[in-house]
Amino acid sequence: MTAAVQTPFQRIASDFAASKLALLGFAMLVVVIGIALFAPVVSPQNPYDLTQIDVMDSKLGPGEKSMAGQTYWLGTDDQGRDMLSGIFYGLRISLGVGVLSTILALSLGILFGLTAAWFGGRIDALIMRICDIQLSFPAILIALILLAMLGQGVDKIIIALITVQWAYYARTVRGAALVERGKEYVEAARGLGLSSSRILFRHLLPNVLPPLIVVATVQVAHAIALEATLSFLGLGLPITEPSLGLLISNGFQYLMSGKYWISFYPGLALLLTIVAINLVADQLRDVLNPRLQK
Amino acid sequence: MTEYIIRRLLQSSLVLVAMSVLVFAGVYAIGNPIELLVNPMADDAERARVIANLGLDKPLWEQYLTFFKGALTGDLGKSFVFNVPAVGLILQKLPATIELALCAMVIAILFGIPLGLWAGLKPDSIAGKTIMAGSILGFSLPTFWVGLLLIMLFSVQLGWLPSNGRGDTVNVLGFEVSFLTADGLSHLFMPALNLALFKLSLIIRLTRAGTREALLQDYVKFARAKGLRASRVVGVHVLKNIMIPIVTVIGLEFGSVIAFAIVTESIFAWPGTGKLLIDSITSLDRPVIVAYLMIIVTLFIVINLVVDILYSVLDPRVRLGQGAGQGAH
Amino acid sequence: MIPRFIRRLAIVLLASTVALATTAAHAARDISIGLQAAITSMDPHYHNLSPNNSMMLHVFEGLIKRDENQKLVPGLATSWKAIDDLTWEFKLRKNVRFHDGSPLTADDVAFTLKRVPNVPNSPSSFATFTKPIVDVKIVDPHTLVFKTATPHVLLPSDLASVMIVSKLHGEKATTEDYNAGKACIGTGPYKYVEFIPNQRVVLKANYGYWGGEEPWDKLTFKILTNAAARVAALLSGDVQMIENVPTSDIAKMEKDKNLSVVSKVSNRVIYVHLNQSTEKSPPFVFDKSGKPMDKNPFRDVRVRKALSMAVNRDAIVDRVMEKKAVPAAQLLPDIFYGTSKKLKPTRFDPEGARKLLAEAGYPNGFSMTLHGPAGRYINDDKVIQALAQFYSRIGIDTKVETFPASVYFNRATNLEFGYMLLGWGTESGEQASAMRSLLATRDPAKGMGVNNRGRYTNPAFDKLLEQALVTMDDKKREGLIQQAAEMVMGEVGLIPLHYEVSTWAAAKGFKYTARTDQYTVATSLKPSK
Repeated sequence: MTAAVQTPFQRIASDFAASKLALLGFAMLVVVIGIALFAPVVSPQNPYDLTQIDVMDSKLGPGEKSMAGQTYWLGTDDQGRDMLSGIFYGLRISLGVGVLSTILALSLGILFGLTAAWFGGRIDALIMRICDIQLSFPAILIALILLAMLGQGVDKIIIALITVQWAYYARTVRGAALVERGKEYVEAARGLGLSSSRILFRHLLPNVLPPLIVVATVQVAHAIALEATLSFLGLGLPITEPSLGLLISNGFQYLMSGKYWISFYPGLALLLTIVAINLVADQLRDVLNPRLQK
Repeated sequence: MTEYIIRRLLQSSLVLVAMSVLVFAGVYAIGNPIELLVNPMADDAERARVIANLGLDKPLWEQYLTFFKGALTGDLGKSFVFNVPAVGLILQKLPATIELALCAMVIAILFGIPLGLWAGLKPDSIAGKTIMAGSILGFSLPTFWVGLLLIMLFSVQLGWLPSNGRGDTVNVLGFEVSFLTADGLSHLFMPALNLALFKLSLIIRLTRAGTREALLQDYVKFARAKGLRASRVVGVHVLKNIMIPIVTVIGLEFGSVIAFAIVTESIFAWPGTGKLLIDSITSLDRPVIVAYLMIIVTLFIVINLVVDILYSVLDPRVRLGQGAGQGAH
Repeated sequence: MIPRFIRRLAIVLLASTVALATTAAHAARDISIGLQAAITSMDPHYHNLSPNNSMMLHVFEGLIKRDENQKLVPGLATSWKAIDDLTWEFKLRKNVRFHDGSPLTADDVAFTLKRVPNVPNSPSSFATFTKPIVDVKIVDPHTLVFKTATPHVLLPSDLASVMIVSKLHGEKATTEDYNAGKACIGTGPYKYVEFIPNQRVVLKANYGYWGGEEPWDKLTFKILTNAAARVAALLSGDVQMIENVPTSDIAKMEKDKNLSVVSKVSNRVIYVHLNQSTEKSPPFVFDKSGKPMDKNPFRDVRVRKALSMAVNRDAIVDRVMEKKAVPAAQLLPDIFYGTSKKLKPTRFDPEGARKLLAEAGYPNGFSMTLHGPAGRYINDDKVIQALAQFYSRIGIDTKVETFPASVYFNRATNLEFGYMLLGWGTESGEQASAMRSLLATRDPAKGMGVNNRGRYTNPAFDKLLEQALVTMDDKKREGLIQQAAEMVMGEVGLIPLHYEVSTWAAAKGFKYTARTDQYTVATSLKPSK
């Protein structure tokens, strides 16, 4: 097969594989996603099933055995939950929450940001003032209001995270789009009589996307960390179904007592996940960016 | 330009009203502060007295009207908990938070832009890769976790820096600041660093991305071909190209740093507004929450206005307050 | 411009080194203490809240004081007695002076009692304690006679919660005047220096104190809400003592030779209210298939017993509380007045619990959501998860939902939950007032069952309790209270879990005498030899 008949996908794949670091990140990400998807299969224990955990096994160190003879390779937390299983299940929730809320918030942000930049005037003013309000509402207050009105749950946390983040994207998109709007290619497209939506999504969007992808990949990590912070403040997920963030904040108070594993391993898992996401995203951004192609 | 600014200010007052309505309704939805204020031993008569005293027995719209009338005369109400004017309480704490936020921002910009430039100019060098990998650390770990690790290292293990508080302050132009005393600086360092880490990573990454793109733009290629010195190419052409997204994000982040330094302030017991806000939210001290958010919104409005004006200064192609769609017709 | 700036910086630096040197000389007598919760005011009658009450004990004093075991001891009154069922006589201590040098007289006491119910905008007043007194008579400058409308045996205990202020400074004073220090003038061992809300309180020694000189010149109380930050502040030497040491750190700190850790069982019981207000299923309680049931299972004493038997209190104390708790059998540890030594914590018996459930008609259990606060009581979120484990083992499908205090207590008061984890600290130190608030049939007009969120009701128990509350004879009253406690605990009116143990940690060279009321007072902190 010659380069001439390469499909776009093949081209992206080969460009991507040019960086060994990115390949490593990709491999890590595959493992992480695999674990998240198949957590119930690969975990020694279902950490969310109350009948399977025993408070008498709590705070065992890595490698210690339970009263029933099961070995806890990464130790147990303060409820007697197997840390390894807890991390696998927690990964599933954290990734889900982080990715889903970022994608949804990003989409909302793009929609409102582009609209504001394109139409300008009253619409721009209205959207931007809503953003002002949204951005000055502290995440913790939004989370508390939603918790009081809707109760606890993964879906509620996702709603809270979207509410907190969309305006952020909207402003960033608007800023980038305002610049692009004045450039020659947009003027040219308009001169050709193309429809607004066509110019917006076919011409403007690809050009404002690169800085946005930077922000978004950082924000997936930020969303996961934000969820952890909300959990730390008691506003996060149900405590019997901990995410990575909740595991970290639960273990936080044991950091000084020498029981490092309760917080350390979930922290490590979170770190690796985010590194993997970013290694892949960094390379993807360079590969996909129409202006960076060699 | 003047007309544009006036229009923005008019919109802003509407934003303030909308904001206050939202906060009123939101705090009302969370619950009644009475349970947290009144000693559990109090009987129902005492409870009723306090409820009536705080005006909580009236319908929400009436409570809001009372607030609104007061707000027009500049009175945003008294704290339920402290019984002192909410604005006074906030203004007492605001300098500490602004100082912390400014320091964090300065750290982030001072280190972020050069590191980002370096990584962008030499993306394949070891230094460039290390900078990028290191920047991931900045936002992948929760703030509270990093904060405690900093305390454990610098205060408990090494004993170099104090673990909490603000230290000695000096009065400058009527504001208490701590960055002018050695003691104050030592108190300031860790919380500012803790708060700066996330912004630092973000700025590094944005700068790098912007730089890489700029290097491929025709005018930069052209400037390079013309034999301009590398420093001038970077200083004038590249920096200019990456400024817009960075200014946006700095504007956003500066606001959020001021508003939401909650976690950092509570871990380092920094006596700022973030700690006041979280305490007020936990005790449902509505007048303080409302007044606080009004002040923050005002702050945001000003910052955003400055950012928008900066756009037009940085890039003459950005036309303020005028849509492309409209221009076409 | 620049040299001037540098010069100024140099002066500042020099000044701070000099300041550092001078503080070092006094360091031993100037101490800092890390507190968990903020002080909301320096007005002793503004906000009836534990952190405030604890702080006020430094500046002000009551007629009667409570010692570290909450036993009543003479304060500004040297003696008091009930002349008849409705009349009390109090003798004031002589030669007591306020911080400004003016002497304490009966006028100040009468003024205090008048001020207490009339503090504007008080979010929780002390009027509850002074309300029973309908008439105050000043017999001479050091003798007062109080009249009550009905026999009120708890009067001495109530008055121990009322701080005496100076009439001279208090007459025109507002809460702001107290906060600013202008009116914050008491008779206590420390004087006001500075109060910054949410940040710190600074006090200095009152050298002419009638009770003898204190070992400290200056006290700085820092508000360090975050537990880890509090511990770090102690370990790094920024403060000399902290309160509420997180249980996770206690074991390691106890082994540290540079620290002294003290703990003591407190007057706070952690318990469960079971919502018995509804005829049918209470909120969040369903049958196994998730449908509401026709009967409220919590109204059946066998179910309540089963839910108590299923709890492994020793496991909670040992594993969740790191041994810093004591299994509970009633509402106060049995060192307190009105508690029964016959009551023992319910034995852990999951088999027995299953059997009782079957007898009550739930052989396969049912399903419920446990509700509790997050961060209000020590390890509350961990305790409730452990409870969920225990219940899932006896066949009850259990879920857990926790809320911040701001959301939780409102909803609990509105009876929006079925199974509620709660806590109660008995400031009076006797069991009748706790039972009156938590277990008596709810009757707001009479002040009965104000916090009875389970809506448990038992007329026989109410009668016993009401009788006890008007019996003046201490011995006879205690017998009645004990009888009532045995009756209501036998019926599992609520499920007592454990008593909290409060812990303080101090740096080497300091010794704190632990208290049952969870208060942190510098008068209990002495240099150790």
